[in-house]
Amino acid sequence: MLRVIFAGIFLLSGLFILGTATFGIFRFSTMLNRVHVAAKCDTLGVLLILTGLIIVSGLNIFSFKLFMVLLFLWLSNPVASHLTARAEVRTNPNLYDTCDFFTLEELKQDDNN
Amino acid sequence: MNDEIKIIWLKFFNWVMGNGPRPENEIIPPELPPDLPFTRTPDKKHSRFHEITISERLIQWLSLHGLHVFANFYNILSIIVCLLIIALMLMTVADLPPFGDFHNPANNEVVERYIKAGARETGAENIVAGMILDYRAFDTFGESAVLFTGAITVLMILGTSVKKDKSELKRLHLKTHSGFEDRNFLAFAPSLHIYRDDDAILRGVASLSIPVIIIMGCVVIISGHLTPGGGFSGGAILSTALILCANAYGFIKVHEFFSERTFIVSSSSALSIYALAKGYSFLTGANHINSGIPIGTIGDIFSAGLILPLNICVGIVVAGTLYGFYALFSEGEI
Repeated sequence: MLRVIFAGIFLLSGLFILGTATFGIFRFSTMLNRVHVAAKCDTLGVLLILTGLIIVSGLNIFSFKLFMVLLFLWLSNPVASHLTARAEVRTNPNLYDTCDFFTLEELKQDDNN
Repeated sequence: MNDEIKIIWLKFFNWVMGNGPRPENEIIPPELPPDLPFTRTPDKKHSRFHEITISERLIQWLSLHGLHVFANFYNILSIIVCLLIIALMLMTVADLPPFGDFHNPANNEVVERYIKAGARETGAENIVAGMILDYRAFDTFGESAVLFTGAITVLMILGTSVKKDKSELKRLHLKTHSGFEDRNFLAFAPSLHIYRDDDAILRGVASLSIPVIIIMGCVVIISGHLTPGGGFSGGAILSTALILCANAYGFIKVHEFFSERTFIVSSSSALSIYALAKGYSFLTGANHINSGIPIGTIGDIFSAGLILPLNICVGIVVAGTLYGFYALFSEGEI
């Protein structure tokens, strides 16, 4: 019973975070903001939901597979978001209209000053 | 009369010899001056007592509201067409036999034979592998050949048109790896695929995951006759590893061990081995009695006769073809 309650807490918080992510994707207007929301909330939401499922199933081969899924999603999701944002920065010529970004050299110069 | 014939003959003679009138020698009639205003009849619309006719009103109204009306009409019509199609589909579904019924036409003697005698006849624990690579191996051969033919055709169309200068590519490759970072240059680089390979995050993840993906693909291919999987799915997994490698480390790195020549040689030799092995099996009767290929004990890795080598052949073809499509469409060459 205690296990079900713990798992329910994890699952509900994960669902809340994924719902927030979905809301944020439609709420924000520029692409980089959307990538930010999607990447962060997906990572945390998937962690919470899969942890809840692992707690429900207990320690067996099924929970090990769930752990592998978690590992794979944590490897692939941030990299995919990073590459999407990088492609946007490289290909959008009107990027300065909506946001400001610095190269590494400029940041180093700012630090020196 | 005689003079006319002479003139016609002379013209014909000149035309044959190429001495005829040239277009630059033609006399162009002078352009007539434009009509003077007072020669035009006054327009009926501009006359003082002109009333708007019904057709003109219709045209005006359509030019104001026509697009709106058309959009509404289009929406209504599309909804009606969708409802009609849904009704047709649902009527068809109502006529289908019940799901999972024993007397369905799909549950005939073919399925019964596959389930009862499949493992004994083909030696494959996975009935699907036994079906597609033993009972219906000719069909699978056709599918692999279709994939290979598609890749070769794309290679013919895209691959030979423009050969890129390799030295230039390698120079840029070195430049990106020596920490070349200029915002303007990167933002307006004409061919961005060259700079795809300077990402430390992607490279780290790729170095972690590429060996796992390759091992996974090999396992899926080799144990295709024991577990779900086989040549097609394993080859797709292997091609994923190649594509990830090309994205993380650049196409030049992949080119060092998987070039166009490697692709053509491996794919055609795999297809030839497939054709020869299965042709031998068909020639000897396709019933595993006289062919001399042992089936082995069911459940071992080296069992099921020809299914394991055929799976490996299909996997090689699929992996090469899928990576070849990706490389050809994004880079223009393998």
